[in-house]
Amino acid sequence: MKAHKYGDNVDTDVIIPARHLSTSDPDELAEHCMEDIDPAFAARVRYGDILVAGRNFGCGSSREHAPIAIKACGISCVIAESFARIFYRNALNIGLPILECPAAAKAISAGDDVSVELAAGEIADLTTGQRFRAEPFPPFMMELIAAGGLSAYLKGKIK
Amino acid sequence: MKMTMTQKILAAHATGRACSPSAPSLRPGELVMARLDLVLGNDITAPVAIREFPKFGRARVFDREKVALVPDHFTPNKDIKAAAQCAAMRTFAKAQEIVHYFEVGHGCGIEHALLPEKGLVTAGDLVIGADSHTCTYGALGAFSTGVGSTDMAAGMAAGETWFRVPSATQVVLRGKPRKWVGGKDVILHLIGMIGVDGARYQSLEFSGDGVAELSMDDRFTIANMAIEAGAKNGIFPVDEKTLSYLREHGAKPPRIHAADADAEYARVVEIDLGELEPTVAFPHLPSNTHLVRDVGNVAIDQVVIGSCTNGRISDMRIAAEVMQGRKVANGVRAIVIPATQQIWLQALDEGLLKIFAEAGCVVSPPTCGPCLGGHMGILAAKERCVATTNRNFVGRMGHVESEVYLASPAVAAASAIAGHITTP
Repeated sequence: MKAHKYGDNVDTDVIIPARHLSTSDPDELAEHCMEDIDPAFAARVRYGDILVAGRNFGCGSSREHAPIAIKACGISCVIAESFARIFYRNALNIGLPILECPAAAKAISAGDDVSVELAAGEIADLTTGQRFRAEPFPPFMMELIAAGGLSAYLKGKIK
Repeated sequence: MKMTMTQKILAAHATGRACSPSAPSLRPGELVMARLDLVLGNDITAPVAIREFPKFGRARVFDREKVALVPDHFTPNKDIKAAAQCAAMRTFAKAQEIVHYFEVGHGCGIEHALLPEKGLVTAGDLVIGADSHTCTYGALGAFSTGVGSTDMAAGMAAGETWFRVPSATQVVLRGKPRKWVGGKDVILHLIGMIGVDGARYQSLEFSGDGVAELSMDDRFTIANMAIEAGAKNGIFPVDEKTLSYLREHGAKPPRIHAADADAEYARVVEIDLGELEPTVAFPHLPSNTHLVRDVGNVAIDQVVIGSCTNGRISDMRIAAEVMQGRKVANGVRAIVIPATQQIWLQALDEGLLKIFAEAGCVVSPPTCGPCLGGHMGILAAKERCVATTNRNFVGRMGHVESEVYLASPAVAAASAIAGHITTP
């Protein structure tokens, strides 16, 4: 899957600008994803592609619209050197897989063919042949992601 | 023991993991389930949470007195879609008989100025809000943090949620700030020092004799922007000023937690308040700070004085003191936004709104509006704004080629008069 690469401190205002927050429809949000730093992104991204970024990805606003937009674009995983904490929580809560892996985030170039084995935390750059390892998620988090997010996962578990 | 203030509040609310004699303290990194004293949402985030809410399998919110819904972002409704989002929140609030729903004009205002004003948060509380600036209530000695809409929905359904116990950066404040230096300069200086991810996942624990020199409004401003350093929360010790604020606003009795003398901090930074000068953060990060006296001639097109960061009554008073008897420069639009209906009324009573209007400002109803590029002051390409808001990211207040400079109300007001960035 193709990698789309960005730098440090990609904030939620550029992931999905507030002028589009008068909707929470995933497909509508996807059309505007990343448009303020990469206007061609929404047209270029293909289902299953990987988003790669530097430090503090998703900083700023708590808008869940940000991971929703990224997921609705078809991105299958975000790999970053580090994530801002609210984004980290939000991404998992809506079932968007993310991996913190500084080595991979630094080494992967835009356009590289990348594969991710989420359960094992394995990342492979098939273009360069490099392999990386991120801390894998515990089983409950894999279940939560597979369920599509926190609400589906918790349904029936709340007394 | 060895716990920070934040860790103690989490321990006091923990349900899944009670502290016992054999394990009396929470450790950084530990996961805990904890009871929630308040769950907050606004017209951007609550509609998503309301859509998720039924999926948790509960018909009613856990406690209709512990949910606050505040239409403040795109209100008064900026367009049909915004109106639909507010309508969804209003319908939910009515169906669930939510006690703390605030209608536009009926005492409403910007959420993080409003909740303390209404006495809805007290010292020792544990609050989550689907807005990143929920960390504001740390000024009251509460643990409060921003979450997303799904977490808000889970909180409304269950009345508890999980937290990772944060490690801490201690910020020791010394001395007394000079005239025209306020909470905004303190927090911009700190973010400039440690960076926008300098306290990522951590709590920012303020302490030192300098705390006593800061007004409650200054503390709200500082705690508000903890998120801009990546922090989970910012928190102040409870003192006489806190207690009298809580009494005046009819808050519940405080539960005072103090950090243990041997609490462990991952990092300690010290700030001498007396050394600080008016500070401005240049585009496009809050950490890109400069002293105002060093910036040269930066001409501006707009000034915004307001927001959850600096829209309180003392901010209005400072801006009015600078603007009294003077005129906003030709070519500059100055927009003043008292953060709540009560602040608006108080500014009216004190004659501040007249000072603003006579100086050539427009006074807006309470709204987050321009801060996040919603409405009521959007920038065109190449335009520059000095704002008392909290973020200056690319496109934050409008066009991607517009620029936002973050500063205090004193600097914003003086800049409006001068037509370029300057101090009073």
